[in-house]
Amino acid sequence: MSVQADMPVMRRSSRLSRTMLPYLLSLPALLVCIGILIPFGTAVYYSLQRYRMSQPWNRGMNWGENYLNFFTDPDFWNTLQVSLTYAGLTVVLELLLGLGIALLLQKRSRVNNFVSIMLLMPLMTAPALAALMFKLMTNSNFGILSYFMQLAGFQDFRWASSPDTALLTVILVDVWVYTPFIMILLLAGLRSLPTQPFEAAALDGVPRLEQFWRITLPMLSPYILTAALFRLLDSIQQFDIIYAMTQGGPGDKLMVFQVEAYLNFFQSTNVGRSAALLMILWAITYVLSNIFVKNWLRLRERARGEA
Amino acid sequence: MDHMSPLERILRAVALALVVLFFMFPIFWIVLMSLQTNETILRSPPSMAFVPTFKNYAAIIAGRLDSNVASMSIQFMGNLMNSVILSVGSVALALVLGVPAAYAFARHKFKGSEDIAFTLLSFRFAPPLLVLLPLTLYFQSLGLANTYVGLIWVYQLICLPLILWIVRGYFEDISPDIEHAYRIAGHGWFATFRKIALPLAGPGIAAAGLLAFIFAWNNFVFALVLASADKQPVTVGALAFVTASGIQYGQIAAAIVMSIAPTLLLALWAQKYLVEGLSLGAVKG
Repeated sequence: MSVQADMPVMRRSSRLSRTMLPYLLSLPALLVCIGILIPFGTAVYYSLQRYRMSQPWNRGMNWGENYLNFFTDPDFWNTLQVSLTYAGLTVVLELLLGLGIALLLQKRSRVNNFVSIMLLMPLMTAPALAALMFKLMTNSNFGILSYFMQLAGFQDFRWASSPDTALLTVILVDVWVYTPFIMILLLAGLRSLPTQPFEAAALDGVPRLEQFWRITLPMLSPYILTAALFRLLDSIQQFDIIYAMTQGGPGDKLMVFQVEAYLNFFQSTNVGRSAALLMILWAITYVLSNIFVKNWLRLRERARGEA
Repeated sequence: MDHMSPLERILRAVALALVVLFFMFPIFWIVLMSLQTNETILRSPPSMAFVPTFKNYAAIIAGRLDSNVASMSIQFMGNLMNSVILSVGSVALALVLGVPAAYAFARHKFKGSEDIAFTLLSFRFAPPLLVLLPLTLYFQSLGLANTYVGLIWVYQLICLPLILWIVRGYFEDISPDIEHAYRIAGHGWFATFRKIALPLAGPGIAAAGLLAFIFAWNNFVFALVLASADKQPVTVGALAFVTASGIQYGQIAAAIVMSIAPTLLLALWAQKYLVEGLSLGAVKG
């Protein structure tokens, strides 16, 4: 960077304070950083222990045993499967819907701007509260969505209380809350695309559908990738919506990583297993977040260059 | 590009209407529910013909739920107050800690600066429970359990990375020449920071603060793990309320409306800033 503060005319500050300044400025943030790294280290330590709060006398290091146990633990494989299914389905649905809506709103007009502002509202709703809203709307006595289902011929559609439709219900809430996020990012992407390729294609009589596949989609792909990775990172750790809706039930149908770890810690007080579960989730998110950050920074640089 | 057939026009309008319906209906319906008595809510089939009542809101503000069986006291207004304290406190702290650090990261590439910035960013993406569960044990021994101070500190997990990374981008966009010129005129770095950098990055700081406020307000898991009833924000309080009051659906709806109204109104008021922040810096508004 061209921003070195080595200026010839520098009267009041000595060389020492100049080199110390950036450290001093970022020290408070650094301290918070360290304050958070300590519990992280503790979690790593717990994950290597046989540690149940109900059996303090039995506590001790068991090194990798918590992790090894996962291989033969059907609950763990269920957790992994539910988390991946949830994350995969929400991201795919939100991408398709978000892209569709962004294409609808691409042209700047009063109506389109108004709609895109309206769509901010679900995204501003706390996910836990959104889950409660849908809980009221799917109540079997008076829920409006249950009523619609009845009209559609499903007499006993039980939404989150039925093992068959619980996943669908929480995915619906996730799609409601987070599709607008993808829409906003893709709309920003669409509107920043250069117009020349489209004009040229139109002159050559290239059909619109082909323009979409050949020009729009490839040029938009960095935005799509960034949005998908960002949502994937959040979605694989989803807690609020699922906990507020069913606390992981019915049975273990919605036992995603963080819900399972929370219940392990507070209900079965199995601290060791809980920490090990979270470490596995952390490893997944660590890999994903590194890919994400690389893509994101590249995207940001590009947006800067154009601005 | 603008040659749309009448059919396409109609299809687009229908699609747009469906989109608006899907995303607006739940909010609309909850507001309607909050204005009804339990009797009209429980009617079958559901109907939009009812005489609106503000009794649900009155009951929540007064803190008393009266049903024909019993009356119970609720402290939802307390939850609302907690949300305000926690969100405002966390954003204020995050700005004080984050803006100078963002400036340092933007202006001085010093040893380890990228590492610190990335570590802070990685907190945003790590599973929050990984840090929260050990913290419950630490907080008890530190006396921070169930205190605003402890919670506000933990809220830095979401607020600080947001502020740091958004504001840093804005500082980097300010040409260093302007600052050089001001310093050559004999001003110290602090005066330069205060008079030049801060005002120029003002919109970015506002956008980041706004987003941080909304994320703090909407947070659920921190307080669920670390706060008892008297310190819980609305997100956790509403869930407890549902469990406790069971069938007072009108009041539950009113409580939800009161909990989501602040962020929704803020979003409508400042939507331009939000879109800029939400699009991850991929757009400059």
